[in-house]
Amino acid sequence: MSKPEFVYVTFIKTTPETLWHALTDRAFTERYWYGCSLTSDWTVGAPMRMDKGGRTVNEGVVLESDPPRKLSYSWVSVYDEEMRQEPPSRVTYLLEPSHGAVKLTVIHDGFADDSKTLPDISTGWPMVLSSLKSILETGQPLIFDSARAA
Amino acid sequence: MDDVFKALADASRRALLDRLHARNGQTLTDLCDGLAMTRQAVTKHLAILEAANLVATVRHGREKLHYLNPVPIHQIGERWIRKFERGRLAALGELKRKLEERDE
Repeated sequence: MSKPEFVYVTFIKTTPETLWHALTDRAFTERYWYGCSLTSDWTVGAPMRMDKGGRTVNEGVVLESDPPRKLSYSWVSVYDEEMRQEPPSRVTYLLEPSHGAVKLTVIHDGFADDSKTLPDISTGWPMVLSSLKSILETGQPLIFDSARAA
Repeated sequence: MDDVFKALADASRRALLDRLHARNGQTLTDLCDGLAMTRQAVTKHLAILEAANLVATVRHGREKLHYLNPVPIHQIGERWIRKFERGRLAALGELKRKLEERDE
């Protein structure tokens, strides 16, 4: 396996259980993920899809599910004709209690060479994670910016 | 947020972040390569950057890889940049880059 392309870390003042819910609940994800809702039953092998405005933008399969510690799913950006032809990449979330907060590590790896998905998602994750931290700590997500895809 | 500004208030540490921005996921040895800093100095700077959450590390086989973690920097931007300013700021940044390129 090649080395991960991206590793993102954020510390959120919450519990692992609340954070797990925030990452996996359809209605809750839609509130902070710039309008994207995630749907899955989060068992290994189950399909996962991200919808935005009634259209599926990303699809995948649950690869690992160990609530509230580790979640991993494959990722294909299906909203773009070229990107949907690429082999799936992989997103992994690690949730670790840390001094009254939770350290959330997001690793996105397994991109194809010359992947078009890679530069596309690299600007998206910091936005999503900042918004997730904001909604869990203050009750408010960051301002919704409809210009972004995911 | 104090930790982030303290970590960024040092040219050597900003240079290390630049190197990770250019190529993410480097080992300590990779990062030291071609730098006029001792390995000990780089280790110390990386520890400060990691404590400020500007650098994240993962184990990959036997290697410890360092990644630029832009999440705290994004949070600083979100705090002081309003939604509608983002596009204009990007345009200004691009203009500055283009004009300064021409001067070189």
